[in-house]
Amino acid sequence: MKALSQRRRHPLAAVALLLLGLLVTGGLYAMANGANQAQAATTTYTADDVSEGEKLFVANCATCHGIEASGTENGPSLVGVGAASVDFQVGTGRMPMAMQGPQAQQKPVQFDEDQTADLAAYVSSLGAGPAVPDSEYLEPDTADAEASAEGGELFRVNCAMCHNAAAAGGALTRGKFAPSLEGVSEKHIYEAMVTGPQNMPVFNDTNISPEEKQDIITFLKDIESEGSPGGAKLGSLGPVSEGLFIWTAGLGIIIAFTIWLTARSS
Amino acid sequence: MSVPSATPYEAKTRLGRITNFVDSRVSGSAMVKEFGRKVFPDHWSFMFGEVALYCFVILLMTGTFLTFFFDPSMAETHYQGSYVPLRGVEMSVAYESSLNISFDVRGGLFMRQVHHWSALLFVAAVSVHMLRVFFTGAFRKPRELNWVVGGVLLILSLAAGFTGYSLPDDLLSGNGLRIIDGVIKSVPVVGTYISFFLFGGEFPGTAIIGRLYMLHILLVPALILLMIAIHLFMVVIHKHTQFRGPGRTNNNVVGYPVGPVYAAKAGGFFFIVFGVIAIIAGFFTINPIWNYGPYDPSPVSAGTQPDWYIGWVDGALRLMPGYLGGFPLEWVIPFPWGDNTLSLNVLLPALGPAGLVFTLLFTWPWIEAWLTKDKRVHNLLDRPRNAPYRTAVGVAGVVFYCVMWAAASSDLIATHFHVSLNDVTYWLRVLFFVGPILAFIIARRIALALQRKDREIVLHGVESGRIVRLPHGEYIEVHEPLDEYKRYRLVDFESYKALPAQPDANGKVSGKEKRRAKLSRFFFEDRVAPVTPSELENAHHHESPAEVEAKADDSASIEQR
Repeated sequence: MKALSQRRRHPLAAVALLLLGLLVTGGLYAMANGANQAQAATTTYTADDVSEGEKLFVANCATCHGIEASGTENGPSLVGVGAASVDFQVGTGRMPMAMQGPQAQQKPVQFDEDQTADLAAYVSSLGAGPAVPDSEYLEPDTADAEASAEGGELFRVNCAMCHNAAAAGGALTRGKFAPSLEGVSEKHIYEAMVTGPQNMPVFNDTNISPEEKQDIITFLKDIESEGSPGGAKLGSLGPVSEGLFIWTAGLGIIIAFTIWLTARSS
Repeated sequence: MSVPSATPYEAKTRLGRITNFVDSRVSGSAMVKEFGRKVFPDHWSFMFGEVALYCFVILLMTGTFLTFFFDPSMAETHYQGSYVPLRGVEMSVAYESSLNISFDVRGGLFMRQVHHWSALLFVAAVSVHMLRVFFTGAFRKPRELNWVVGGVLLILSLAAGFTGYSLPDDLLSGNGLRIIDGVIKSVPVVGTYISFFLFGGEFPGTAIIGRLYMLHILLVPALILLMIAIHLFMVVIHKHTQFRGPGRTNNNVVGYPVGPVYAAKAGGFFFIVFGVIAIIAGFFTINPIWNYGPYDPSPVSAGTQPDWYIGWVDGALRLMPGYLGGFPLEWVIPFPWGDNTLSLNVLLPALGPAGLVFTLLFTWPWIEAWLTKDKRVHNLLDRPRNAPYRTAVGVAGVVFYCVMWAAASSDLIATHFHVSLNDVTYWLRVLFFVGPILAFIIARRIALALQRKDREIVLHGVESGRIVRLPHGEYIEVHEPLDEYKRYRLVDFESYKALPAQPDANGKVSGKEKRRAKLSRFFFEDRVAPVTPSELENAHHHESPAEVEAKADDSASIEQR
């Protein structure tokens, strides 16, 4: 101890202390950050996948995202977006975009599964990011009887303000929108939550745990399979479509009857 | 009463004896005689009031069914019913019982849907009925008070609808209540107190559903029933209006008596309306409360809208900017006791347009009578084109309403037509001010043009489509004269002239009178006069159709001052 206290005025003591401080903060940050990573993935890619993906990337994506995916004026850098992001954007047909706009539109999917996986392999090789999720979180949780209800509560608190309580979608500012979630695959819902595509915020694993994400998916798939107990659902758009319906079809039929009833005398 | 006669009436059959027994005690035959002979004119547009009445009857019946199972308690519970995605969720008893009506009560969902669909149709029928009365001028003397009663009925039906919409305590209705709470709180001085009294404390509290339930099933329907009774009583007193036509005068009513034809038609029509609503309720879902989840003040769902009849107020709120340029519309006013907030960004849109629309609606019969100085009894209706000024005002009002109505669905317009939500709002803000003005001008021009067309048809007949070649080589189209009945409908109307300012009893022209004259000139400056017999005579004297055609241009004397 004495030796240490004697050297505390050593010219290099400040440097050593600084290094120590940086090391501790950095280490703690790395640990904290690691907790935020989507850990639901263990997919591994081969070097072949990566090189195949690079070719596809250069041919189809580099125009906007730049060589090495470092980004250009027309598209953001993809370093560190992770495989999940690629799988979502390409797998739902949003990428490659047909044109710039408020947000990427869904189109017919342009790459098959292998090609999408190759692209994902290439992009994930550029920097670590959320990976394509494991199937264990994509299956409905059969063990928990109230998984669907819990997912529903999470959905209403976290998602419904943009996607609508019935997941029918909704408008955002300046032509942006939250799409309807009907018919979206479990994997893509999960990937959207961990990567935050377009204007969606990221819901990382400390915010909504993988199990909770699974509950949300269970809820969405449940309301989809429940169908509409009350008959045709008029787009699940709420009172607007109901009002429109009664003013057009409802009142139209009634008027037809009034005309019929009074037709003979006029 | 009558002196007992020597040989009292003895009915021969069993049914006759029962009927006579009842009749001699309640004198029903006098009523049947009176009402059975009441004549109602036939026109399809006269039946919307009936549709509204029938919807109300359906609402009473299905509503009674729903009260058997609905529990307006805000006590907390955990749902254990048969709808899986909500099982175990914490919710109010009110929401739970609404879910049980939907999933666990036999026929409950159907009844809920019949109730809600007929509520939508009820307010729609009331509105269309009012539009019909307005555009045909049926609110004029002696029916001004009945028009006011009708306006009260419209407001009551909105109240009935809104209180009912809020009862299930789902997320959608809770969001709606929150907006109402905000509007109430924006009222200066008393707003916060009213909100506290209404909700029994801070929003949402645990009292509001029970209170709304009482209003919804007791007070509002009772008031509606009372108003309907007054409304129909006045219809009987005034007799029904009718469109102009041969044989129809201000002093008669041409149509069918209530008994038996009209009663049968009207009675049958009830079942038609019920049937149509039942079919709609059977095939189309309405207010799927299970989608929305229980009310919780924190989440607000995208696409949160009120039912259609409250939409225009919601739309006005959506259109209102919080800032105009750099000028905030929320003012904090310092008082000796502290700062008070005047939230014009909520107060103005929530109460302004509604106040304007209802003030004009209630006072219009008097405004029109003052403007035209026409204090006569009017039992004959106007075709909308024959009162261009009124039609224009009405259309302007409808457009004003519809702009706000559209604004309530601005988010859906944006997503479904792939346009920017901001642009939709900007355009609707422009239309909010410009729309009614354009509508007034265009509607008046169209009405005047239609009147000119009528004039043309009366004077020169209908284009027959037959082209005839004259001996000197000219081609003309033969015009066929109208038959007398059709012509009568086209020439029998009144056309107000602009009335200059009149001096009062003291020989003075007041400022108010001058303003009236100005407005009168604005409204009645352009007018089309009905064809006079001499004009008709003139037009018919020309044997050659070609000459008639040539004369058309100068004889179509559209009177313009």
